[in-house]
Amino acid sequence: MTQDPNAQAQIEPTELGANAAETGDRQLTDETSDAYGSHEVGVGNLDFATVAEMGHTATQLDPLAPAVLSVDNLKMYFPVKSSGVVRRTIGHVQAVDGISFEVPKGGSLGLVGESGCGKSTTGRLITRLYKPTGGSMMFEGQDLAQLNNKQMKPLRRDVQMIFQDPYTSLNPRHTVGAIVGAPLEVHKIVPKNQVLKRVQELLEVVGLNPEHYNRYPNEFSGGQRQRIGIARALTLNPKVLVADEPVSALDVSIQAQVVNLLQDIQTEFDVSFLFIAHDLAIVRHFCPEIAVMYLGKIVEIGDRETIYGRPHHPYTQALLSAVPDVKQAAIGGRRERIRLEGDVPSPINPPSGCRFRTRCQFAQEICAKVEPPLLQIGQRHKVACHFAGELGAHPATPVTTALLGVDDQGSPVSGAAPTNTQLTIPGYEETWYDLKTRQTTGV
Amino acid sequence: MTSVPMTQSSAAERDQHEGPFLQVENLKVTFPTQDGPVTAVSGLTYSVEKGKTLGIVGESGSGKSVSSMAVMGLHDAKSAQISGSIRVGGTEVVGLSESHMRGLRGNSMAMIFQDALAALHPFYKIGGQLEEAYLVHHSSASKRDARRKAIEMLDRVGIPQPDRRVDDFPHQFSGGMRQRAMIAMGLINDPSLLIADEPTTALDVTVQAQILDLLQDLQREFNSAVIIITHDLGVIAEMADDVLVMYAGRCVEYGTAKQILTSPEMPYTWGLLSSIPDVTASTDARLIPIPGNPPSLLRPPPGCSFHPRCVHSSKVAGDLCSTELPELLPASSGTAHLKRCHLTDPVGVYRSEVLPEIAPELVEETR
Repeated sequence: MTQDPNAQAQIEPTELGANAAETGDRQLTDETSDAYGSHEVGVGNLDFATVAEMGHTATQLDPLAPAVLSVDNLKMYFPVKSSGVVRRTIGHVQAVDGISFEVPKGGSLGLVGESGCGKSTTGRLITRLYKPTGGSMMFEGQDLAQLNNKQMKPLRRDVQMIFQDPYTSLNPRHTVGAIVGAPLEVHKIVPKNQVLKRVQELLEVVGLNPEHYNRYPNEFSGGQRQRIGIARALTLNPKVLVADEPVSALDVSIQAQVVNLLQDIQTEFDVSFLFIAHDLAIVRHFCPEIAVMYLGKIVEIGDRETIYGRPHHPYTQALLSAVPDVKQAAIGGRRERIRLEGDVPSPINPPSGCRFRTRCQFAQEICAKVEPPLLQIGQRHKVACHFAGELGAHPATPVTTALLGVDDQGSPVSGAAPTNTQLTIPGYEETWYDLKTRQTTGV
Repeated sequence: MTSVPMTQSSAAERDQHEGPFLQVENLKVTFPTQDGPVTAVSGLTYSVEKGKTLGIVGESGSGKSVSSMAVMGLHDAKSAQISGSIRVGGTEVVGLSESHMRGLRGNSMAMIFQDALAALHPFYKIGGQLEEAYLVHHSSASKRDARRKAIEMLDRVGIPQPDRRVDDFPHQFSGGMRQRAMIAMGLINDPSLLIADEPTTALDVTVQAQILDLLQDLQREFNSAVIIITHDLGVIAEMADDVLVMYAGRCVEYGTAKQILTSPEMPYTWGLLSSIPDVTASTDARLIPIPGNPPSLLRPPPGCSFHPRCVHSSKVAGDLCSTELPELLPASSGTAHLKRCHLTDPVGVYRSEVLPEIAPELVEETR
């Protein structure tokens, strides 16, 4: 275990910590610190303009940022065992089945999808809580998928995780100081007598009172507990943070506080985020780039404007139309929406060809026969659909036939060689396949 | 289980009752605790007509669930002190005996809970649980009738192959199907009042859309009064006719969904609107949290209970906010719109300060 001098206490108690403190998280007066511990209430004498200044607008995309993490064809199959004495493997849950993406340095990639689509498994693969069945995850020249536990240990500093439930992810028998300080002791980054100092700095960064290091998690509210979880994840100055539903267990008014804190941390420490959530509005705010997953596969990936403005995959369109919209109040009634029938199929025995075809209104014969490749169709836009098109403008014939060497029904055409050049690379190519002309074009 | 069947005459009375089906007046619910009494709800007044939907919004601990559990008579009389008046179809339910309450509960009013897995008994078949709900209120019905009714209800809420799924256990259903089964159980006696407590919070958006569609279709069919408790303002916007915003046990703003969501006049409602991002909003819109945390109801702040977190209280002369509880008074946009705030020009503040930050694209339209 080498001592990294740079890793020592890089995080200074900064303005952002002080700001968060002013907003009231630390306005602990004697009246409020009663039996309810640190449920602080007050805001002091802030006016709206100051508070509004601290709220952030949506994170912007940096198109030139290099990739810090590059995931290629990642797979995770969980074995399904039979009952009885001899527990034979009788099948596999294909939780994640060949996904590729890049997380830009200092940026964030959002991962959305319904429960059971494999988004949390992806997060756990990247933090190597699971060992992947196949594929690679390149991080600073090393393939995380191939490393053993010993080789992984120094890298665990760089890839940390924020969990969904702040009630179950903190040990109730440990003090906040012990929870936040544990990574420092495991990785022996600072001498023992400096651990406390570093813990207090971190608590200040996330907007908690540094003097509360000897309190237990039960003395904090949900939002404050989540801040403790964030402080723990920041302890080792990670380069990548996997945030698995970091705000979905919190109250609405507290969600915004935590999202703003994560945005502060991102700009301050240049951390990259893999942001996993099912709340499409939060993801839109936090992530300039979004990947949509369905049943273990990425069906569409692209920048915010494309995914939310002109989605091309029928599933993305259905997902977006299902989100209730506050602006609807001005009009009244329900929004017109695409109704998806039934439930997500079992990942043990997924449908052949396109996995979404069983619930897709555009599905044709080719969808059952040939799996659509994740095809780049714009500068920063990839979609996996034979009939990709904007809402209401889906093409009548499959767009992928020429590339795959099949006819409109999905049967192979003799002599036609499939051109598989740009189908599964993690990032984006300079050239892409234009849907209108059905030709490869560039900038 | 014993039951008091509703006599024909009283059921008819309920149906012909004039005015709003549910009328809650000056409701106050207090729980004595070791640290002193906690007033979870106080001075709450609202009404819901048949065929209409009331949305109740607020943070956890604001009293939204406590108030609707009081309507259902689910509080233990030994541990909760309830005062005020709750009239369901003309019948006063505050102080009603448990046996009479049983006749109403599940029959003329029903509740759907958030966590369907916890609300359904894991040990009994879905069909059995539905049949029980039916038989309790139809003592003359046979088991076969009850089973037929259970299958019919599962079919109504869109469960495929209801005649086979009726014999499944709750764990064999998916999350969306369990929620449907619970809705079926709530509606099996055609209640005139349905209370849905966070009915879609644990569900995915696509399933949520299915459940909300279903609730609306069923409401249209049965003409029931519906209360939706949620913290999702999007759900409120699409489902509710009227909206009640609760904070620290009190109603702080009340009005039609349009009034509350397009021209709110209470800083807490502004805070809720500014702290949720929107899928269609401009990316220049800021996400502005409400600072601080909800207050402890054991020792609520003096004056307006929101004042410690309110960033607009400096615009009120003197220390009115911290000394005097504002009355629930008509707002400027209409008489049906009530708000509890000392601000003299809330519309001006909202348009000139709040809206440009949270919805810059809307500023032009409202001018």
